[in-house]
Amino acid sequence: MHLEAFMNIFFGIVFAPLLAGIISRVKARVAGRTGKPLLQLYFDIYKNFRRGAVYSTTTSWLFRAGPIVGLAAALTALAIAPPLGSAAPLAFTGDVLLFAYMLGLMRFFTVLAALDTGSSFEGMGASREVFFSALAEPVLLLGLAAVARKAGTLQLSELLAAASATSPELVLVLAALCIVFLCENARIPFDDPNTHLELTMIHEVMVLDHSGPDFAFIECGAALKMWVLGSVIVGLVLPGAGENAWLVNGAAMLAGMFVLAISVGTVESVMARLRLLRVPQLLMTAGALSAFAFILVMR
Amino acid sequence: MEVLIETAMMLLILTDMALLGLSRLRPCIAASAFQGMLLGAFTILAHLHALAPRIIIIGLASFALKGFVFPWLLRRSIREADVHAELEPYVGFSLSILAGIGMLGASVWLSGQLPLAAPAGGSVVVPAALTTFFTGLFLIVARKKAITQCLGYIIMENGIYVIGIMSVVHVPALVELGILLDVSVAVLVMGVAIFHINRQFDHIDTDQLDSLKG
Repeated sequence: MHLEAFMNIFFGIVFAPLLAGIISRVKARVAGRTGKPLLQLYFDIYKNFRRGAVYSTTTSWLFRAGPIVGLAAALTALAIAPPLGSAAPLAFTGDVLLFAYMLGLMRFFTVLAALDTGSSFEGMGASREVFFSALAEPVLLLGLAAVARKAGTLQLSELLAAASATSPELVLVLAALCIVFLCENARIPFDDPNTHLELTMIHEVMVLDHSGPDFAFIECGAALKMWVLGSVIVGLVLPGAGENAWLVNGAAMLAGMFVLAISVGTVESVMARLRLLRVPQLLMTAGALSAFAFILVMR
Repeated sequence: MEVLIETAMMLLILTDMALLGLSRLRPCIAASAFQGMLLGAFTILAHLHALAPRIIIIGLASFALKGFVFPWLLRRSIREADVHAELEPYVGFSLSILAGIGMLGASVWLSGQLPLAAPAGGSVVVPAALTTFFTGLFLIVARKKAITQCLGYIIMENGIYVIGIMSVVHVPALVELGILLDVSVAVLVMGVAIFHINRQFDHIDTDQLDSLKG
C-alpha cells in the first residue's frame, strides 16, 4: 500500500472544516457582505474542545455516546472514500454498503442522542431528520448500485475509478447524488444551517443539548461527512491521473472539493429553503433519476 | 456519435420526467418545446453518416414546428382561454414520477420483447421512444385540463416519431412530412376546440364535460 492511499484521510482531517468556511464566504459575497473568516469553523472547534461539557441529569450513556460514535463512523467512512487515482486504505469488496451505512450509523446515533434528552423539541428535529434521510438513503444506494453495475464491482475505490469515463447514466446518478449531498449535509433546499428559528431547523435542533468537546465532535463529524460525500461526487466526475501522479491527483481532488463548496454556496444564495411538504417531492425526483440510471444500466 | 445519440435519448427521458413532475402549464409547454427541438437535432444526428436532403428537411421541419409553432399555438390558446396556470392532476406529481419510473421499466422490458431490427444508436432508443409515448398517454389520462391532453398528444407523437426515424430506414419524406402536417392541423383544431369549450362552459376541465348527458 502506498502512502498516497492515505491522502484523502489527510485532506479530510485537515481541510474538511474549510468547506463550510468557503460556503459561507460565497454566500456572504453574493449578499454583498464581507462574511466571517474562512477558518471560522476551526476556531469554533478549537474553542469547544477547551470548554467543559454539561450533561443533563435526565440523559443516559446514549447521550454521551452519540457524538463519539458519530465521529468514529464519519472517520471510518473517510477511510473507505478513495483519493483520486488510488484505492482507499480500507477498500474491500462490498465496502459501498459499509460506506452508506456508516453514514447511516452516524445519523442513527445523533438521533438517539437527541431523543435521549427527552426534549420534545429535539424529538421533532429527530423525526424530520429520519424522515428525510429515509428518503435520501435509497437514492444514494440506488445511484451507487447503478454505477456499481456499470463498473462491475462493489468496491468503492474501483467503482469510482471505473466510473470516471463519461456515460449518460453517470450524469443522472451525479444529479441525484448532488441532491443527496445537500440533503445529508443539511444544506439549504432542505435545511438552513444558519437558522435558529425553532420550527425550521432539523440538524441544528438535534445537537442543541451538546456542549463543549461533545459539540466539537459533532461539528467535526458533520464537516467530515460533507467531505466524505463530496469526495465521492468529485471521484465520480474527475478521472484519476495514474498511480504515480499523486501531486496532480491531490491538487485535482482539492480543486474539485472547493468547486463543489463554491457551487453549494451559489445554490444556497439563489434558492430559498423548500417548504417541508415539498422536500419529499425533490427527494423523489432524485430517486427517479437514480432509478432511471439503474434501469438503463440493467438493460 | 453513439454517445451523442445516447445523450439525446437521456435528455428525452429527462424531459418526459419533467413533464410528469412539473405542476404548471407554461414550464410544461417549455419542456415540450425543448423536446421538439431535441428531436429535430436528433433526426440529423442519427443520420449524420448518410445525410440526405430529405432528412435535413424533416429535421428542420420538426425542429421549427415542435420547437416553436406548437408551443406558440398552445401559449396562444392558454392566453385566449384564460386558463389557470396550475395543472390540477388526477394523479399527484410524486405518484406521476413513480409512474414514470414504471413506464421506463415497462418500456425497457417491452423493447426487449419486440422483434425489431436493432436500430442504430444502441438499445436505448426504443425504450426512450416508448417511454415518451407512454408519458404522452399518461398526460392525456391523468390531467384534467383539455390543454394538457393536447400536450400529451404532441408528446405521444414525439415518441412515435423517434421510432419512425430510427428503425425504419427508408420512409419516404412525403409520409414523414404528412405526419407532421397532420399533427399541426390537430394541434390547431384542438386549440380552436379548447377556445370553444372555454367559451361555452367558462372552464376547460374535461372531467366536468360528462355531466352534459341528459
